[in-house]
Amino acid sequence: MAHTSDHYYVPHGSHWPIVASVALFTGVIGAANWFNGHSAGQMILFLGLALVAFMMFGWFGTVINESLKGAYNEQVDRSFRQGMMWFIFSEVMFFAAFFGALFYARVLSVPWLLGGDLSTHEFLWSSFGENWPTNGPGNVGGDFESMGAWGIPAINTLLLLSSGVTITLSHWALKANDQAKTVLWLAATVALGATFLALQAYEYIHAYHELNLTLGSGIYGSTFFMLTGFHGFHVTIGTVMLIVITLRAAKGHFSPDHHFAFEGVAWYWHFVDVVWLGLFIFVYVL
Amino acid sequence: MSTATATHDDHHDHGPAKGLMRWVTTTNHKDIGTLYLLLALVNFFIGGAMAMVIRAELFQPGMQIVDPQFFNSMTTVHALVMIFGAVMPAFTGLANWLIPMMIGAPDMALPRLNNFSFWILPFAFTLLLSTFFMNGGGPAAGWTIYPPLVLQMGDGFPFMIFAIHLAGISSIMGSINVVVTILNMRAPGMTLMKMPLFVWTWLITAYLLIATMPVLAGAVTMLLTDKFAATSFFSAAGGGDPVMYQHIFWFFGHPEVYILILPAFGVVSAIVPTFARKPLFGYSSMVYATASIAFLSFIVWAHHMFTVGMPVVGELFFMYATMMIAVPTGVKVFNWVSTMWKGSMTFETPMLFAIGFIIMFTIGGFSGLMLAIAPSDFQYHDTYFVVAHFHYVLVTGAIYSIMAATYYWLPKWTGNMYDEKLGKMHFWLSTVSVNVLFFPQHFLGLAGMPRRIPDYAVQFADWNMISSIGGFVFGVSQLLFAYVVIKTIRGGEKATDQVWEGAHGLEWTLPSPPPYHTFTEAPQVK
Repeated sequence: MAHTSDHYYVPHGSHWPIVASVALFTGVIGAANWFNGHSAGQMILFLGLALVAFMMFGWFGTVINESLKGAYNEQVDRSFRQGMMWFIFSEVMFFAAFFGALFYARVLSVPWLLGGDLSTHEFLWSSFGENWPTNGPGNVGGDFESMGAWGIPAINTLLLLSSGVTITLSHWALKANDQAKTVLWLAATVALGATFLALQAYEYIHAYHELNLTLGSGIYGSTFFMLTGFHGFHVTIGTVMLIVITLRAAKGHFSPDHHFAFEGVAWYWHFVDVVWLGLFIFVYVL
Repeated sequence: MSTATATHDDHHDHGPAKGLMRWVTTTNHKDIGTLYLLLALVNFFIGGAMAMVIRAELFQPGMQIVDPQFFNSMTTVHALVMIFGAVMPAFTGLANWLIPMMIGAPDMALPRLNNFSFWILPFAFTLLLSTFFMNGGGPAAGWTIYPPLVLQMGDGFPFMIFAIHLAGISSIMGSINVVVTILNMRAPGMTLMKMPLFVWTWLITAYLLIATMPVLAGAVTMLLTDKFAATSFFSAAGGGDPVMYQHIFWFFGHPEVYILILPAFGVVSAIVPTFARKPLFGYSSMVYATASIAFLSFIVWAHHMFTVGMPVVGELFFMYATMMIAVPTGVKVFNWVSTMWKGSMTFETPMLFAIGFIIMFTIGGFSGLMLAIAPSDFQYHDTYFVVAHFHYVLVTGAIYSIMAATYYWLPKWTGNMYDEKLGKMHFWLSTVSVNVLFFPQHFLGLAGMPRRIPDYAVQFADWNMISSIGGFVFGVSQLLFAYVVIKTIRGGEKATDQVWEGAHGLEWTLPSPPPYHTFTEAPQVK
C-alpha cells in the first residue's frame, strides 16, 4: 500500500454521478412504461439497469483506485464508515414501513374487519371469520395455505446465522493478516448466501404452485411476499457485494488496519441477517 | 477532526472548470449549493404559478377557468413542487454553502455523492411534471396521495411514484452527507456545543430525513404494488386498510413538517443576534428544544387523521403529544425575543424577514394548537383553516427564513451587496400581501369552506376574492425578489468580509466572495 495522505481528499469533478442520475432516470421511465403496458418499457428498464451496473463499475472502480493509491486518510475512512452506518439505518427504516404494515394489519385492521366490539361487520360480511393468515372478506386471490416456519425458513435461518459467523471468522483472519483464510471464509459466506437465495426461490415456486399463495393473496400474501421479497433482494445485493470483496481480498486489496469495504459489506450482511430474524419471527413463526 | 488540511487529486490548487460541464460534474460544495438554490428558485416560480391558477379559479364562486380535475392537480402538484422542489432544495442549498464554511471544513464529507444528490432532482421533477402531458393528467388526489383515490390516476401514476422515489433517494443521500460532514469534518476546537445553530438544526433535520424518507418510499411502493401487482395493502376486501396508508404516510409526513421548519429556526437564530448585536439568548436550550421537537415529531402523526375513525385512546394520545410540541417551540420563540431585548437593533432586510418569521410563524403555531385539539378539529378538519395554518408556517415561516437567509448570506456568496431599498420593498409588499392572502382563509375555514374544492357557496365569495387579490400581489412581489437576487449576482456595491457589523462565525472570516476552495487548512476554533 502506498503511503497515506495527511490531507482530507476532495475529488475534483466526476462524471459518475450524472451517469448515475441518467441511469436511474432511464430505469424508472422504462419501469413506468412497462407498468402502463407498453412493451418497450421492459427494454428501457433493462437499459437503465445496465447503465446502473456500468456506473457502479466505474464509480466504485475510481474509489478503489484512489484508495489503493493511498489518497484516503483516516478521516476519509471515517466519513465512509459513518456514511455506511447511516445508509444502513435508512434501510432499516425502509423495512420498518413494511413491518409496520404487517403489525397494523395483524393487530388492528384485521381484528376490526372481524368486528371486534363493533357490529358493522355483521351487516357487511358476517361470514368473514378468519383472523390470520387471511386474504380478507373478499377471499382475494382464492383459498391458499400459509407458509410454515419449520421447513425451509428454519433452514434459511440457520444458513444466515452461520454466514454471520463465517464473515466474522474471515474478518478475524484479515486482522491476523491471513489472506488465504480471509478469502476462504468469505467464499463460504458467499456460498451460504447463495444457498439461502436458492432455497428462497424454491419456497416461492412452492408457494405459487402448491399453496396458491401469491402476491395477490390478500393482506397475508402482500405482506409475506413484499417483506421476504425485499429481504431477498437485499440478500442478493449483499451477496454481490460479498463476491466483490472476495475478489478484492484475493487480489490483496485489504490490509489488517485499512479495509473499509470489507467492514461496510460485513455490516450490511449483518443487517440483512437481523432483518431476516425479524421476518422469521413475525412472518413465519407467529 | 484530527487533520488540519485538505488536498485535491491534482497537485496544484485550481479554480472551477470552464463551461457547462463545471456544473454537471462539480464536487464543490459551493457550486452544488448554488445549483440547489437555483433549482429551488425555479421550482418556487413553477409552484407559484400553480398557486396563481388556484387563486384565479377561486376568485369568484362558480367554475371559471379550469376544470375540476385540473384544479385538483394544481393543488396537488403545487404542494409537491413547493415542498420537495422549493423549500427542501433551498435548505439543502443553504446547508451545502454554509455548513463547511461554518465548521471550518474543506468541503462536504462525500463530494461525489453530493453531486449525485443534486443531479437526481431535475430528473425527478421532470418525471413529476411530465405527468401533466399523459393520459389522465397529473396527480390530483392531494399531495398526500391517499388511496383509493390516487389509484384512479391515469398513465402518470407510476411516473409520479418514481419521481417521489428519486426525490427521496436524493434527500437521503444528501442528508447522510450533512450528518457525516457535521460529525466528522469540524475544525479542531469546534465542539458540538460551539456549532452555530444552523448547523445543529441541520444535523437534526438530516437525521429526521434519513429516518423518515425510507418510510415514504415504502408507502408509495405499496401504492405501486396495490395498483400493478395485485397486493391488498390498502384494500379492505383483501384484509388491508386504506387508513393504514394514512398512518404510514404521516409517520413520514409529520417529521417532514419539521424537516421544513428546523433549518428555518437555525437561520433565524443566526440572523437575530447579528442585528440585535447580542449573542443568542439560551443557546443550549435552543439545541435541546430542537432535539425535543424532533423526538416529538415521531409520536404525533395521527393528529392529521383525527376524523378518520380512530379509537378514542388514539385521539387523546395524539392530541396531548401534539400539544407538548408547543413547549420546546415556545422556548425558541422566547429565546429569539429575549435576544432582541435591549439589543441595539437595526432593521436591514434579513432582520425584517427574520422578525416577520417570528411573528407570523407564531400565528401559524397557535392555529396549529387549535387544530391539535381533537374535538375542535372535527370542525376545522380539511377546511381552509388548515390551509391558512400550514401556509403561515410554510410561507411566512419556512420561505420567509429562506428569503432572510438569501439576503443575509448573498453578499458573502457573491461579494456584492443587494439593493437594500428593493429588499425592504420586497419585504413590505410580501408581508402585507401574504396576510391579505392567508389571514382571511382562517375565517373561510371556520365558516366551513372545504379545501381542495374548485367551487364554493356564495357566502364564501368576499373573503375568497380578497384572498385572491392578496395572492396575486404576493405572487408578483416575488418577481422583485428574483430581480434583486439576479442584480446582486451581476454586480453592486462591494461587500466587506464581515458584511454585517454584528456578524460572528467562521464564514464571516473568509473573503467575500470566498475562494473556490476554503478552509483547505482548518482554522483553530477557540
